Amino acid sequence: MEKEKSILSDESNIRPPATQVGVLGWTKKNLFDGPWNTALTLLILFFLWKVIPPLIDWFFIESRWASTSAECYAADGACWSIITYNIRFIIFGLFPPHLQWRPLTAMLLLAGMLFYSRDRRHWGKGLGYAWAVALFVMGLLMKGGLFGLAPVESTQWSGLPLTLMLSVFGMVAAYPLGVMLALGRRSGMPAIKSLSVVYIEMIRGVPLISLLFMSSVMFPLFLPEGITINKILRAQVAIILFTAAYIAEVVRGGLQAISRGQYEAAESLGLNYYQQMRLIILPQALKIVIPPTVGILISAFKDTSLVVIIALYDLLKTTQSVLSNPKWMGFSAEAYIFIALIYFICCYAMASYSRRLERELGANT
Amino acid sequence: MSSAGQITANDLKPVTTEPRREESPIIRITGMHKWFGEFHVLSNIHLTVARQERIVICGPSGSGKSTLIRCINRLEEHQRGEIIVDEIKLTNDIKNIEKIRAEVGMVFQHFNLFPHLSILENLTLGPIWVRKTPKAEAEETAMYYLEKVRIAEQAHKYPGQLSGGQQQRVAIARSLCMKPRVMLFDEPTSALDPEMVKEVLDVMIELAEEGMTMIVVTHEMGFAKSVAHRVLFMDFGKIVEENTPDEFFNNPQHERTKLFLSQILH
Repeated sequence: MEKEKSILSDESNIRPPATQVGVLGWTKKNLFDGPWNTALTLLILFFLWKVIPPLIDWFFIESRWASTSAECYAADGACWSIITYNIRFIIFGLFPPHLQWRPLTAMLLLAGMLFYSRDRRHWGKGLGYAWAVALFVMGLLMKGGLFGLAPVESTQWSGLPLTLMLSVFGMVAAYPLGVMLALGRRSGMPAIKSLSVVYIEMIRGVPLISLLFMSSVMFPLFLPEGITINKILRAQVAIILFTAAYIAEVVRGGLQAISRGQYEAAESLGLNYYQQMRLIILPQALKIVIPPTVGILISAFKDTSLVVIIALYDLLKTTQSVLSNPKWMGFSAEAYIFIALIYFICCYAMASYSRRLERELGANT
Repeated sequence: MSSAGQITANDLKPVTTEPRREESPIIRITGMHKWFGEFHVLSNIHLTVARQERIVICGPSGSGKSTLIRCINRLEEHQRGEIIVDEIKLTNDIKNIEKIRAEVGMVFQHFNLFPHLSILENLTLGPIWVRKTPKAEAEETAMYYLEKVRIAEQAHKYPGQLSGGQQQRVAIARSLCMKPRVMLFDEPTSALDPEMVKEVLDVMIELAEEGMTMIVVTHEMGFAKSVAHRVLFMDFGKIVEENTPDEFFNNPQHERTKLFLSQILH
C-alpha cells in the first residue's frame, strides 16, 4: 500500500520539461523551431533593430511639439507643431473662431450619446426620443439662428464636425433604406422588386465620386431657376444613396440565410408581413450580417473624405489647406498621420463595438 | 414499443371524444387541385372535417399529404376548387388568410421555433401581436400551456437549449396559445430521436381528449389507431382510401393501401 501510494504521488508530481512550458517553451515553439524559423526570427530582429530606433527618434526624440515652422525646418525629427499650431483650423475649418464652442459642444454631445447608446440595456423608446432631441440640438448648434445663437452659413461648416455629420447621418439614414431595399428586392410584387433591383445595381455600378459630381454639378441644372439646394445636403444624399445600395445587398444575404421554416412559422401564427419581418426575420437576419454591415459602415465613414473633390471642407480638406500654407509646406507626413489617427480611432471603435454586439446577441442562441 | 419509434396501439389508450357532426364543419374542401408548375401535386381533393374530429393522413412520401394540410392555412396556394375554413373562404384576400391562420394552429416537422426569442416569448408573440392580448395575460396563458406540455421550468431558456422532443412540445404549446379551432400537424415526430416520440404523442393525445379538432400527417400508426376517427391514405396526389382506423388497418380496400401498410407495419 505504502509503496503504491508513493509511486502514485511520484507520478502526479512529474512536471513537463522546462523547455516545453512557460516563456522558454513559448519562445522555442514559436521563434526557434528549427533552423529555418530561427533564421527568420533573427532576420526580423535585425530588421526591427534597424527600423524602430530611428522611428522613435523621429517620432519623439528629435521632434518638435510646439514650435514655429522655422524651428521645425531646422530640426531632424517630426514636426508635430503643424498640428498643435493649426489644430483649430484642422478641426473646425472655416467655422467662425469665436463660435467654435458650438461645433465642439455638438461633437461632445454626439460622443456622449454614442457612448450611452453602446449599452443594449439602454435601448428603448426613451433613447430614440433622446437621439431626436440630441440631433436637433446638434443641428441648432451648427446652424444657429434660434435662441439668440448667431446664424452660421452651412458653407462655413467644415473640418471634423462636417466629416462626422456626413458619416453619422449617412449611416443612420442609409441603414433603414438599405434594409427596405433588401426587402424590396425579395418582394413578391414585381414593380417593387424591379425598382429595387434597378436601384441597387445602378448605384453599385458607379463610383461614389461620380455620384458626388452629379450631385454637385449635374443635379442643380435640373432644378427650376431660383431654387438651390444646399451643397452639403446634396453630398449627404449622394452618400446615403450610395451606402444604402451596399447595405441592401449585405442584408439580402442575411435574409437568404433564414430558413423557410421561420417564415412559415411566423405566417401560420397569423402575423402580417410587417410583423413577420420586424419580429422574426429581421432580428435574425440583421444579426447574422453584423460583420459585413459594419465593414460597409466603416468604409462609408472613410469615403466621406471623397467630398474633398466637390470642395467641401471636411477633415481632409482642412488639413490639405494647412499644408498648402507656404509656412507649413513639407510636413504632410505629420499632418496625414494625425488625421489617419482620428479616422483610425473612429473606425476601430466601430469595429470593436460590432464585435461586442455580436458576442452579446450571440449569447442568446 | 415495438421497433424504434413505432408505438403500437397497445401503448396508447383509445380517445373517446366524438366529432360534433350536427354543427357546421370546420373545414370543407371541394374539388381542390394544386400544381407545382406542371406537376399535379393534388388532384380533386374532397374533404370535410367536423368540429372535434381527428383525422390522420398517411401515405408514401411525395404523395401530397403535407401539401394538402399546408393548403388549409395557405402556406401553399391551391389553383382550383374551394377551401372553406370556419365559414371563411380561402381566397387571395390577405386579411382573410391572416384571420384563418390565427384560427388554425400548425406544428411542423422541424419545430420552427424562433431561435432569437425565449420559450416564453415564442409563446406570447402570436397572442400579443395578432390577438392584441395584454402582455401579462398572454404570459399567464403561455405558462398554463407550458405547464400542460410539462415544460414550464424551461420558460426562460432559448429553443437551442432544449432537446428535440421539448422543442416540439413548445411548438405545440405555441400554437395552443392562439386558442386555435383546429390544429394541423405536419409529421410532428419524424425529426425526433426515437426516445422522444412518445412524449410528443402523449401531449397530442391529451389534446385529443380535450376535444381538439386535429389533422395529423404521420407515420405513427399506433397513434392513428387509438386517436383518429378517420384515416386517409394518399398516393400520387389523390385520396385513395378513407376509413375508420379499424377498417383501414384490418380490412384495407385498395391494393396500394395494402402494399403501403405491409411496408410500414413489417
